Amino acid sequence: MSAESEKFNLSEWIFTTDHKRIGVMYLIGSIAAFGVAGIMAILIRIEQSSLGPTLADDALTAGQQYNEWLYFHGAAMILAFLIPGLTGFAANYFLPLMIGAADVAFPRINALSVWLFWCGIIVALLGFVIPDTPDIMWTGYPPYSILTGGNTAFYVFTVHLLGFASILGAVNFLVTVIYMRAPGMGWNQLNMFVWSTVTAFVIQLVFVPVLAAAVTMLLFDKYLGTHFFDPSAGGDVLLYQNLFWFYSHPAVYVILLPALGILYEVVATFSKNKIFNYKAGVYGGMWGVVLISGEVWVHHLYISGMPNWIRVGMMISTLLISLPVGLLAISLFGTLYKGAITFELPMKYAISCLFLFLIGGLTGIPLAITALDLHLSETSFIHAHFHYIMGIFATFSVFAAVYYWFPKMTGRMFNEKLGTIGFWLNFIGVNVTFLPLFKIGIDGMPRRYWNYEMFPQFETWHFVAMIGALLVAAGMLLTVSNWIISAFNGEPASDNPWKSKSLEWTHTVSPPGPGNFLKPVEVETDWTPYDYRK
Amino acid sequence: MKKMLATLTGIALVVSSAIVMASESSDTIKDPAEEWQHLWTEVLVDLYILGGIFGALAIYWLFKYRAKDPDAVGDGPNLSRAQVWAWAIVPCVLFLADDLYLGASGWSAWNVYRNVPENAMEVKVTGSMWNWEFEYEDGTTSTYDVDGDEGEKGDGLVVPVGTPVALRMTSTDVIHSFGLTKYRVKEDLMPGRVTYIWFYPKEEAKSWVTCTEFCGASHARMYAPVKAIPQAKFENWLAKRAKEEAEE
Repeated sequence: MSAESEKFNLSEWIFTTDHKRIGVMYLIGSIAAFGVAGIMAILIRIEQSSLGPTLADDALTAGQQYNEWLYFHGAAMILAFLIPGLTGFAANYFLPLMIGAADVAFPRINALSVWLFWCGIIVALLGFVIPDTPDIMWTGYPPYSILTGGNTAFYVFTVHLLGFASILGAVNFLVTVIYMRAPGMGWNQLNMFVWSTVTAFVIQLVFVPVLAAAVTMLLFDKYLGTHFFDPSAGGDVLLYQNLFWFYSHPAVYVILLPALGILYEVVATFSKNKIFNYKAGVYGGMWGVVLISGEVWVHHLYISGMPNWIRVGMMISTLLISLPVGLLAISLFGTLYKGAITFELPMKYAISCLFLFLIGGLTGIPLAITALDLHLSETSFIHAHFHYIMGIFATFSVFAAVYYWFPKMTGRMFNEKLGTIGFWLNFIGVNVTFLPLFKIGIDGMPRRYWNYEMFPQFETWHFVAMIGALLVAAGMLLTVSNWIISAFNGEPASDNPWKSKSLEWTHTVSPPGPGNFLKPVEVETDWTPYDYRK
Repeated sequence: MKKMLATLTGIALVVSSAIVMASESSDTIKDPAEEWQHLWTEVLVDLYILGGIFGALAIYWLFKYRAKDPDAVGDGPNLSRAQVWAWAIVPCVLFLADDLYLGASGWSAWNVYRNVPENAMEVKVTGSMWNWEFEYEDGTTSTYDVDGDEGEKGDGLVVPVGTPVALRMTSTDVIHSFGLTKYRVKEDLMPGRVTYIWFYPKEEAKSWVTCTEFCGASHARMYAPVKAIPQAKFENWLAKRAKEEAEE
């Protein structure tokens, strides 16, 4: 195995149908997008760190380039890093291993997905070198996205490509889980991560087509002269927002659920413990989220002039999200109870995620309440809220995943010391960046503002936030270079260094070869991936 | 018997004072900004309690259950069927109760936000890339030029102290949003639609309205002052502004 895998052959990677290699290609693509989006984030923080134009000579240039950075940062982070990182990389590499399958149900369709994903990444990056860079935020609200001189088409095509990749992935993985589980493996014996992927893909399958329709209508309005969103010809500007958030709110659960799934795996392994109340977590928590996810989108339109009654109705449905999310939190935190906890690097990331999850989740409660949102909406408060729950929490869970499965993927150990320094820089950095934004958000700092000359009192906190961002930048460089160096030069790892009970650790070597398992996997009726007492 | 009498008296007192308070509040105007502050405090308490419980438990368990030796394994409880259901239903009922409580408080604050007092002064607000125009009931307009010379920028939105101000808003091009931090209100302006909000300036103050829906290159420079001044001064200002406009 080792002699063969050391010979690098590019076309073998490009034309591979092996889910593990496809997973790695998703990881490389999404980390690339993450890197570029991260540079945009640093530029944004530097621009805001002082009053007046910081990285430009005049106000118009400052505003235009700032908007382009914001667009790219948001679109790349959500569409090209978080969703593909969690459902592309982690699900591709580990889901078949966890259910004891040799590959996914449709390996060639899987290859098509990753090609589409890479095309999407390339189109998104090209958007940055063309003269009319898109400047429409990741939300692309009309009429601005139609009237702008920026190239809305690049945005639409990026969404199309990544959306197709996602739909194909969804069909593939749902079929894989339904038909390719190892003999003897019942539904209540699945890893939490498998369940989280299943539920996330159900959401993708139902809602992505709505987003695809919405952005296609943008394309038609801008380039073919239709009037879906043009009120002067009988269209309606709010139609787009409703369609967009009908997908894009569920999309946050496409990110949240697999991120939680990873945390369940890491927390269970490093607590050597079973999941607390598995069934409530899966059927109440994850499926509850799926059930409610499509009935809450108007909370993104609280200030959009929707009818009063629906703004109250969706306040109630939004608050009800606390039921399934509460069940998930109880079963996740409860997994620590009576565990035998050790604090290796993946667990450090997982514990920090529990903290980020609490801050991000709880600050969502005031935003669910319509009257409070009328002030908090479109301020730094909301900006900090979704960065905690969606940006940082999910990013840290991807990092936890990479570190946790690093020995499995590479057969080598990462550098714990370097990784730990990176971890603390990241963790301290994100809090230094985003806690101040809660504060100035409550005081009224509008979001998406490079210029805040009317509120000079916020300058100090913006400066602090920039320092935090620089800490994160250093931490990220350490983290990613640790992966690259250790993948080639790390200490050799055993097949199951964390002594996990999950199939990817117990039944195969590191890294697994083609076909995954040396002999077909069968599990006992009382087997579970969390049975540490046996 | 005495106890019962005391209880009944107590209930009667509470009910009657509630009635008195309710009838009082019907002829005073409720201020959305005050409702906001009140609700915000309530929600913060809720957040600190929830966060405190989960956070404290996590820290305590992480400390208490750290592995004593490298081969130690966890001893998490095996839940019976009844316990599985109890650990699902009881938390759900608690969360639901909290949700409904917050929902009810949120709804009553919402009613204050959406019911414009009858004596409100109406101002028409028009947003365009990238400036604000305010039109008063007599047709007088006011605006603000961010790039103008000092003293010639214009006055922005000027309102009298003590009168609720209702804004009837629309946009000529893309979506904008009227974000008025000081009075805790915000609502979008859209082409082809009319939206409204109101606020209650109770004392002299200067604040800023900022555009809070992304609208292009100068989005962050689409702002104007909002000045609340005494009624008499306001009337003078409006008359002066009307005269200026007639001359223009």
